[in-house]
Amino acid sequence: MNYRRLFLIWVPYIWLLALFLIPFGIVLKIALSDIALAIPPYTPKLDLSAGWESITSYFSQLDLENFIFLTEDDLYWRAYLSSLKIAVYSTIATLIVGYPIAYGMAKASPEWRPTLMMLVILPFWTSFLIRVYSWMGILSQEGYLNQFLLWTGVVSEPLVILNTNLAVYIGIVYTYLPFMVLPIYAALGKLDESLLEAAEDLGCSKSSAFWLVTIPLSKSGIIAGSFLVFIPALGEFVIPSLLGGSKTLMIGKVLWEEFFSNRDWPVASAVAVVLLLILVIPIILFQRNEQKQREQDG
Amino acid sequence: MTRRFSWFNATSLTLGFTFLYLPMLILIIYSFNESRLVTVWAGFSTKWYGELLHNEAFLDAAWVTVKVAFWSSTLATILGTMAAYVIVRSGRFVGRTLFSGMIYAPLVMPEVITGLSLLLLFIAIGLDRGILTIVLAHTTFAMCYVSVVVSSRLASFDRSLEEAALDLGCTPFDAFKSVTLPIIAPAVISGWLLAFTLSLDDLVIASFTSGPSSTTLPIKIFSAVRLGVSPEINALSTIMISIVTVGVILASLVSKRAIKRQKADEQKALQT
Repeated sequence: MNYRRLFLIWVPYIWLLALFLIPFGIVLKIALSDIALAIPPYTPKLDLSAGWESITSYFSQLDLENFIFLTEDDLYWRAYLSSLKIAVYSTIATLIVGYPIAYGMAKASPEWRPTLMMLVILPFWTSFLIRVYSWMGILSQEGYLNQFLLWTGVVSEPLVILNTNLAVYIGIVYTYLPFMVLPIYAALGKLDESLLEAAEDLGCSKSSAFWLVTIPLSKSGIIAGSFLVFIPALGEFVIPSLLGGSKTLMIGKVLWEEFFSNRDWPVASAVAVVLLLILVIPIILFQRNEQKQREQDG
Repeated sequence: MTRRFSWFNATSLTLGFTFLYLPMLILIIYSFNESRLVTVWAGFSTKWYGELLHNEAFLDAAWVTVKVAFWSSTLATILGTMAAYVIVRSGRFVGRTLFSGMIYAPLVMPEVITGLSLLLLFIAIGLDRGILTIVLAHTTFAMCYVSVVVSSRLASFDRSLEEAALDLGCTPFDAFKSVTLPIIAPAVISGWLLAFTLSLDDLVIASFTSGPSSTTLPIKIFSAVRLGVSPEINALSTIMISIVTVGVILASLVSKRAIKRQKADEQKALQT
């Protein structure tokens, strides 16, 4: 019995240690190394066979140079700040677009709800890349949106949307919408209708009942949905590189270019470490919110 | 909340679903466009599908992708189910907090970080990049999704059934095979499907961990669409969207029938 239990615990445990935790250790180590013209392109390399002396000299060669570099070159500062800005704004936009959908779903008749639910989930299963790509044809200069606007006479010249930050916002709202709708829908589904009736009986208008009762009671869904959009949006790579322009600065893209184009592994690793540090706070807050929710439910 | 299904709600649902589906609908329609100019309609044609069938590079990439997705989702399902079992059933053990942290963290980790860290690991241990490294990478993040799906099912299931089987002389393995597994099977299957689509879809982690001989379809699509919209990619997207749609609808029908049958069985058991 005990052997089996150990086996059950240790197989996934060792897998995650080896392929999740240890890789982070390596990222941290390379972030402290220097770039070199070698394969792999960084120095120093640990050589355990050369004895204790090589180990001590190895550690003495590690330094915070790359992190200092990140603070000196304002490209990185601007990239982190602009990622934060884009992630915050697009989370708010997703909330504004997603809340009415979740609300409408929760108010729909019960026999419709599974179908609506399926309609929200289906895009999530469809390739992310394809969903982002589908907007390239819509937003480009001679794209479908501009054709439509020119045809209706709303604009006289095609709008420039593709390769701007606006296109990035649209892309994030579009691709992450299910993550916002589903938690809010789940929270609204649990809402007790009689509370709204009570509020109205006590003299609330419909709209103030909505703001005073419905919104506060769906708070947990709003928080969960916002984190589920904000966290991945912050490190997003595909959307800014397909829909954004050369001026769109996002940290996921910077990391990618640092690694694949500049081949500066130590700096790319340092960028990753800082991104992770920024994400730790929202991730912990998100976990807390989930835990609180579970305790309330059970 | 069935009261007052108003015009406002109908409008917001219509607008919302139009927003979700119109871009893909346009893409599907224009994949049947005769012209190479993707934004000008020049008549119905299926020629881009024909060209796709003769594009060796895409076919090779598709084959690599399916192989990777199959192996990584299968491995992820086994490991993820084990991990779910550990989290729900194993009580306390040394390092439990770290374990559950490692299960949940990959769900929120930016893909660029996961990809970079795995690549650096593979290089550090001298593993050549290829199909194997992508499978290892995909298994690692997909197993976390599987374990979340399976553990929610495990947590809601009546443990006394398993204990009864053990009391009646089943070995723990038999009890798992003939009691637990059939009950959690829907979750295990949907976990596998989730892992499969996640792997099929992944661009960022695959880009970091693939080698020159193991290009996956998303990598191929990404490098093609960077140059702009093309009718072949529209056709390819349409094929992928249809496969997923049919798959999701089939899966939901199967699970609906399974739930119905389970309910009917329970009714019967109550009557006898």
